Amino acid sequence: MEMMNTDDDSLCEDSGNETSGDDVDFNVEVETSVPKESQSYDDEYQYEVLSTSDIVQYMSDIIDEVNSVLQLPPTTARILLNYFHWDKEKLMERFFDGDQDELFKEANVINPFKKIPVTGKPKLSLKIRGTEECDICFMVFAPSHMTGLECGHRFCYQCWNEYLTTKIVEEGVGQTIACAAHNCPILVDDETVMRLVKDTRVKIKYQHLITNSFIECNRLLRWCPSPDCNYAVKVAYVDFKPVVCCCGHIFCFACGENWHDPVKCSLLKKWIKKCDDDSETSNWISANTKECPKCGATIEKDGGCNHMVCKNQNCKADFCWVCLGSWEPHGSSWYNCNKYDEDEAKAARDAQERSRAALQRYLFYCNRYMNHMQSLKFEHKLYSSVKDKMEEMQQHNMSWIEVQFLKKAVDILCKCRQTLMYTYVFAYYLKKNNQSVIFEDNQKDLERTTELLSEYLERDITQENLVDIKQKVQDKYRYCDGRRKALLDHVHEGYEQDWWVCKEA
Amino acid sequence: MAALPRRIIKETQRLMQEPVPGISAVPDDSNARYFHVIVTGPEDSPFEGGLFKLELFLPEDYPMSAPKVRFITKIYHPNIDRLGRICLDILKDKWSPALQIRTVLLSIQALLSAPNPDDPLANDVAELWKVNESEAIRNAKEWTRRYAMDN
Repeated sequence: MEMMNTDDDSLCEDSGNETSGDDVDFNVEVETSVPKESQSYDDEYQYEVLSTSDIVQYMSDIIDEVNSVLQLPPTTARILLNYFHWDKEKLMERFFDGDQDELFKEANVINPFKKIPVTGKPKLSLKIRGTEECDICFMVFAPSHMTGLECGHRFCYQCWNEYLTTKIVEEGVGQTIACAAHNCPILVDDETVMRLVKDTRVKIKYQHLITNSFIECNRLLRWCPSPDCNYAVKVAYVDFKPVVCCCGHIFCFACGENWHDPVKCSLLKKWIKKCDDDSETSNWISANTKECPKCGATIEKDGGCNHMVCKNQNCKADFCWVCLGSWEPHGSSWYNCNKYDEDEAKAARDAQERSRAALQRYLFYCNRYMNHMQSLKFEHKLYSSVKDKMEEMQQHNMSWIEVQFLKKAVDILCKCRQTLMYTYVFAYYLKKNNQSVIFEDNQKDLERTTELLSEYLERDITQENLVDIKQKVQDKYRYCDGRRKALLDHVHEGYEQDWWVCKEA
Repeated sequence: MAALPRRIIKETQRLMQEPVPGISAVPDDSNARYFHVIVTGPEDSPFEGGLFKLELFLPEDYPMSAPKVRFITKIYHPNIDRLGRICLDILKDKWSPALQIRTVLLSIQALLSAPNPDDPLANDVAELWKVNESEAIRNAKEWTRRYAMDN
């Protein structure tokens, strides 16, 4: 991990904390850098991708800025900022309006303006004059081998190293490691940690913990959720918008999931939970099985005969699948088993019917959702076959720029698949009304045109004359993209006009 | 086993030289990290007159991590469960390497004098301690008499 490499980019002024209200700043610098890849997704949403060293720089910029007013040691400023979740306005407000002593005490740091000379703390060893005993290892040292924070608790360098290493590595504590003395809440500042820890790997871990807590407490920052990606995305305001990381991963800034327009974050979360938990398994069980009336074992009917014999060797009950009554009185005419309490039987049948309907509905949407997800995976294979085609075309006197339409076609195909996938989540939670009918028509159109494009790119393209391809492909993908935009615009308009009624499912 | 750290040797020596009143901690003959502990029930507590056996073990990374302590004698106390495990902050997140066996045992003795039913480990005991303190104290005295005396 690099530290403090200077970056010329002007950093956004807003510290982005949850508690900061209106973003009124002293000197508002307008974000100028527009990320390279974002335009294709959403032009007006601006964000920046930060590397680890950018984040470190960003933190130190905030500290410098606070310090240009407060004039604190940078280490103290960092602890205070962390205490206020990096909300510099809130810190300034408290600093100038409230009791400063109280503020430093709450943040567990010694007031740097009131440094009292450490009062007789160094515990002099009784045995040898001019030495101190370390309370952790019980060894006796010259005072130069002992160190501590402003609170006056002193330990030897070796014990500090072990203590900090344990906190960082075993407990994963970063910014909030307290003094090693019992009941002393004073926090160890970052410079002291870096000075006292010996192992480079532990230092790196510490830096990571610090940047991580910074990102976690800042609403305007989010780690890229892609595995092993160390970039974070910084926005000017939180919104349900797609962002593209340097690693290529596209995700929703608001929730961190893959970009999922048109369905909103909360419903997607509900859907994912539903797909992950076993609620549909239990629905399947209640729709397709019955319980043995004697021993309660769950039974699935696997043949046509309604005379059931429980396979539980300790039970072996004979009963009728239809009425769950004992088989004995049925004799040969099992279908006359209408002697059970009518209401009870009806209620049981209705409940099973409802379970079945709910299951079928879920499976309908889930199958389509999964199917587009699967197709989306396959479409990625298209990139390589399209690449061959592009090379072939370049050998036939077409320029590189002229053949890029093919890649663009696959890009759009993938976007359409992704949108379609999430339309089924949207639809699953959608109550029927006039607008939902229009939505379903749009969905149908998009699905049809997407399949046409997919089929063309996968199959027909090989038989076509090279000259015709470009026109046809462009027509198709433009139409697809148009349908996709129309569907999304309609959904977005519906969000604004409150057309969509959510179905509890 | 690795050589015993100086800290443990010194702590053991000091425990022997200046024992804490009402507490004895003796290292096991075969394992210097394992201590046989006896704590006398504090005066004016329901545990008065009892002798409570505990075991104390210093883990590999002691004093960076807390000693492991457990009551062996059965005790009726809201912060000590059926297995003798103790709910005490300094044995968990409030551990500091500057604490010692001595301070830990003193804290445990103090816990016997001042049970804290609002941070319970044994829920049933804590509940009774809150709704009917006198009955809880009667139970504690009875358990002390039955399990912690004449043995």
